[in-house]
Amino acid sequence: MDPFVTLTAPAVPLDIANIDTDQLLPARFLKKPRSAGYGNFLFHDERKPGFPLDDPAYAGARVLVSDRNFGCGSSREGAVYALVDGGFRCVVAPSFGDIFAANAAKNGLLTIALPEATVADLRRQLQETPGAAVTVDLPAQTLTGPDGQPLPFAIDPFKKECLIEGLDDVALTLRHQDAIDAFDRADAEARPWLVPGA
Amino acid sequence: MTQHPRSLFDKVWDAHLVATRPDGQALLAIDRHFLHEGSFHAFGMIDHAKRPVRRPELTFAVADHYVPSHSRAKPIADPEIANMVTMLEANAGRHGLRHFGLHDPAQGIVHVLAPEQGLTLPGLTIVCGDSHTSTHGAFGALAFGIGATEVSHVLATQTLWQRRPKTMRITIDGELGAHVTAKDLILAVIGFIGADGAAGHVIEYAGSAIRALSMEGRLTVCNMSIEAGARAGMIAPDDTTFSWIEGRTYAPKGALFDRAVAHWRTLPSDPDAAFDREVSLDAAAIAPSVTWGTSPETAVPVTAAVPDPGAESDPVRAGQMRKMLDYMGLAPGTRLEEVAIDRVFIGSCTNARLEDLRAAAAVLRGRRAMVPGLVVPGSVPVRRQAEAEGLDRVFTAAGLEWGEPGCSMCVGINGDLVPAGERCASTTNRNFPGRQGPNARTHLMSPAMAAAAAVTGHLTDVRKLGAR
Repeated sequence: MDPFVTLTAPAVPLDIANIDTDQLLPARFLKKPRSAGYGNFLFHDERKPGFPLDDPAYAGARVLVSDRNFGCGSSREGAVYALVDGGFRCVVAPSFGDIFAANAAKNGLLTIALPEATVADLRRQLQETPGAAVTVDLPAQTLTGPDGQPLPFAIDPFKKECLIEGLDDVALTLRHQDAIDAFDRADAEARPWLVPGA
Repeated sequence: MTQHPRSLFDKVWDAHLVATRPDGQALLAIDRHFLHEGSFHAFGMIDHAKRPVRRPELTFAVADHYVPSHSRAKPIADPEIANMVTMLEANAGRHGLRHFGLHDPAQGIVHVLAPEQGLTLPGLTIVCGDSHTSTHGAFGALAFGIGATEVSHVLATQTLWQRRPKTMRITIDGELGAHVTAKDLILAVIGFIGADGAAGHVIEYAGSAIRALSMEGRLTVCNMSIEAGARAGMIAPDDTTFSWIEGRTYAPKGALFDRAVAHWRTLPSDPDAAFDREVSLDAAAIAPSVTWGTSPETAVPVTAAVPDPGAESDPVRAGQMRKMLDYMGLAPGTRLEEVAIDRVFIGSCTNARLEDLRAAAAVLRGRRAMVPGLVVPGSVPVRRQAEAEGLDRVFTAAGLEWGEPGCSMCVGINGDLVPAGERCASTTNRNFPGRQGPNARTHLMSPAMAAAAAVTGHLTDVRKLGAR
């Protein structure tokens, strides 16, 4: 995956709570191979007149600023593929669906959780100055909105390291091969019923 | 030194720690990995990296999302859908995995099949590339949904990196009223704490109302944990759990079963175990519930009216309510019982078990449905047993269709869709915009409530209609 270090890009506000992964990627596109790209499926059924992602004022947005519980629902990683293939590298919201946030990190999409009032203020700024850019500095853990005020954000250190270095975590896990083998041996003694029908 | 009191979750988590990094990330051993047709991305990843499946004997493939609900005698007509079903078979075959395919006598929705086959056991860690994997927590397992990259990681390593979640105990004491079911209970919980009320937490459901539930009811409750944003939902295993498991195909047998039960009895939370959050609800106060909006958190008693955004002080929230009402085609103040429906769907990993079908049939027996509807059992064994009890004839006599097992109209990717603009009384788990089809309108409810709506043609308090 592409490493994420810093980003300065236009941001688009989306005043909708509980945006679920069915809205991000309608289920009928789940059977599509990734090779052709998922960008055209992003919010496919929400693309009605007035939808901010289709507003030319927000063209080229790479940051999405939304409301609470973004990415709730289905575990489909395709929702992340649709955002990434649609050009997005970062989503800001008061809270995220846990599975979505985990999937995002595995694909170089940064999720930033900030307090509800802070995110609402950021959306308001973006509505007042459409097309304004924001700057994300992942090593420094700050997001700077149109008002130039750097907002510190928290991130899991492991997630941060994987994003900055673009790490494949299977390779990382295989460094623990001895521990996995030892666990399996001890566990086979402790829980002999683990393997079905054995 | 006495040991620190631990919760059910703590015990299962601690027993699966393979390694812990200084930053707190834990490498967890995974005991069961279930796959469905959507796993093709993950197989692509491990095949691309030339990595084998580390523990094929702990990995099970189940065809459920794309399988047809109608006759299976002929091949699947849509080539893209057919390809999804055959691709799973090919991937499972190449990696030597047990595959429950379209024509398998145990086939069904993975979250119905695995408990039924004795694959789901207390104390296990269980993952699947499906958010409703939380279902299996009903057995006291730690079970959660993961995405494609994590599926590929589990295939290759039989482990997963996780940060220890917080814990929340939801205690529901008292007795549920007549015709009030596990579905109403979990809808009430989600309505109370919100669609992100348990984000970052593993829920343990406790209290006398939970203990009184059958395994089917517990599965329904844990199934919808994800709709409250929870990482997982768990219920302590007890004699109800052990007697459900005993004798099932893949469950441990004889002395091994006894040894397993002795271990499982140590799993329930210690009396003084601490939780990061505690929530309590009174079972007796829970009414048959329905949702009015496009999030499960819009669950309210069926006796209520559609809420008024004008009464909401936060303008952003009021705008979001208007958007939901617009999508749902509802006017503020309308009594929910006056809302006419176009069809019903009874099925899904939430409510397609035998108990669910019996409850729906009890309302429909000797009555006619005013609207079309589809009843899809959760598995072939559920379907056979329902037929042995004559439930299929109750549904068809009422004018409903009796389908073949699978996810069907819950997610609509096998071709079973609610037509645009139509309103569906549904026993599923999600009422998201477009979930059952573009512009489909979904009201979530219990099987008995969906059956009552079928009989009257509008949302109905099943307590007024009664069962037969």
